[in-house]
Amino acid sequence: MYWEKNVETIDRKKLEELQLAQLKDTIKRTEKSYYYGKLFQEKNISANSIKSLEDIQKFPFTTKDDLREHWPYGFIAVPKDELVRMHSSSGTTGRATVVFHTASDIAIWSNLLARCMFMTGMRKSDVFQNMMTYGLFTGGLGFHYGAEKIGALVIPAGAGNSKRQIQLMMDFETTVVHVIPSYALHLSTVFTELKIDPRKDTKVKIAFLGAEPHTEKMRRKIEEIYGYKAFNSYGLSEMNGPGVAFECPQQNGMHIWEDSFLVEIIDPKTLAPVADGEEGELVMTSLQKEGMPLLRYRTKDLTRIIPGICPCGRTHRRIERIKGRSDDMLILKGVNIFPMQIEKKLMEIADVGTNFLIILDRADFNDSMTVKVEVNKKYFAGDIKQLEILRKKITEELKGELLITPKVDLVEPDSIPKGEGKAVRVIDNRKD
Amino acid sequence: MIAYQISIFAENKPGKIAHLTSVLGKEKINIRATTISTADTFGVINLIVDDPKRAETVLTQAGLTVHLRSVLAVLIDDKPGGLDNLMQLLYQEGININNAYGFVLESSKKAVFVVDVDQTEKTEKLLEENGFQTLDTQALSSIEPTHNVK
Repeated sequence: MYWEKNVETIDRKKLEELQLAQLKDTIKRTEKSYYYGKLFQEKNISANSIKSLEDIQKFPFTTKDDLREHWPYGFIAVPKDELVRMHSSSGTTGRATVVFHTASDIAIWSNLLARCMFMTGMRKSDVFQNMMTYGLFTGGLGFHYGAEKIGALVIPAGAGNSKRQIQLMMDFETTVVHVIPSYALHLSTVFTELKIDPRKDTKVKIAFLGAEPHTEKMRRKIEEIYGYKAFNSYGLSEMNGPGVAFECPQQNGMHIWEDSFLVEIIDPKTLAPVADGEEGELVMTSLQKEGMPLLRYRTKDLTRIIPGICPCGRTHRRIERIKGRSDDMLILKGVNIFPMQIEKKLMEIADVGTNFLIILDRADFNDSMTVKVEVNKKYFAGDIKQLEILRKKITEELKGELLITPKVDLVEPDSIPKGEGKAVRVIDNRKD
Repeated sequence: MIAYQISIFAENKPGKIAHLTSVLGKEKINIRATTISTADTFGVINLIVDDPKRAETVLTQAGLTVHLRSVLAVLIDDKPGGLDNLMQLLYQEGININNAYGFVLESSKKAVFVVDVDQTEKTEKLLEENGFQTLDTQALSSIEPTHNVK
């Protein structure tokens, strides 16, 4: 039942000793990067500043903005020749953050994913259908490598094309899938359309749900529709990608692999640490990464440590499913979107105002985004054709930036309420 | 002569036209003709009114997005073939119509056909050379059901 029993059930005291040694090594490695090298000099800190794990608090946080400012190579801690892979947090232009891996990073990451998948019951005899986007996004290749490490037969199906997904599932008797929760729900409507009952007519017994936050209710609904066990998965590209934290058969919180990551939960306002059990922002330090190790990376994901010992026997602490974000990032169909990206694009189009509203909806298990945009008063010339052209242009521009196609609604100038201070730009109507 | 059509941009939802007509009603501005074109979630309302300049001012003050557009209001005979005479002429001259609508005068002898074309002035000249009468705002506003328009 364990992939690596000695690591997964390690004594807490031994784990902390291991972490301390790894932390010192990590700091020595990060010092070689342009960004941290300079920072350590300015602040007069180094691996010698670390006597205990708490001493990590002497080091400043690292944020996504830091990564962007030192794009692309400011954080790499090895000669460029040692890098074998790059990934990107989302495929968008300008605001993308890139991460780099050495061969060792890929091996360790694959092993972490193998550990996660093995934990839920996946074995060498399984057929694994990976219904995630391959490419720059870490979710596709990460799971692919992990499943191969276990020795399962991998079907690299990629995202979308629902009928083909179902066909593959039937033809090759898929037993394990990796899927975005909103897509799992959408796919169920296609099963109904094709008059195929996924509970009876497929052999899938395990699903990994990832790439977007979802509720417990949604997970149970997916399990009910498909008749399989669905496990929650957490990861972010800055910490490899998926495989950071994963649910065990207890399905009660995700074990965060503390042999690879040092975990802090902070109050996002005061930045002070909070006690185990209290909600806050997850902050992580990579303990094994070589290519692009990061210290105290602010994930902006809100969660808490679940106190107590898990009956599964693993000693690595559990985090609760992600409750939300401490910034304004939106996740739609697994794609990360910042309202700022939309604002920037709209500012480039002179014919519209910059006051806009994003509305997220869920209908028939399908998520959609509507962007309401105010037309510039001067632009209006009494011509509906001209407005149609403008709407098309905005749709195309946003599609190019976000990689998903929003519905664009043109509205009258000054019709979108302006919020006090920071404008309210997002209405999320998505419920379970 | 050039007439003016007032165009209003509005979202396609209940109450939008009611807002517009309440403003015009209060200001005692008379509507001669209307058309609405919609594109899913939004639309454009076109009006011929007796005082387009004032309508523009009061509607803008009421927070609406308004555009004044020059159009040709052509007097035609209210009988079979009456509109066809006009259309054949514009077709022969290669003039494209972006939007058009008409209203019948209660005398039942004449009708007014409003055309929105790309080259308004050129078309106006052409129409007058061919014996069509175009009405300006003043003429339009003085059209009364019982009056004969010259």
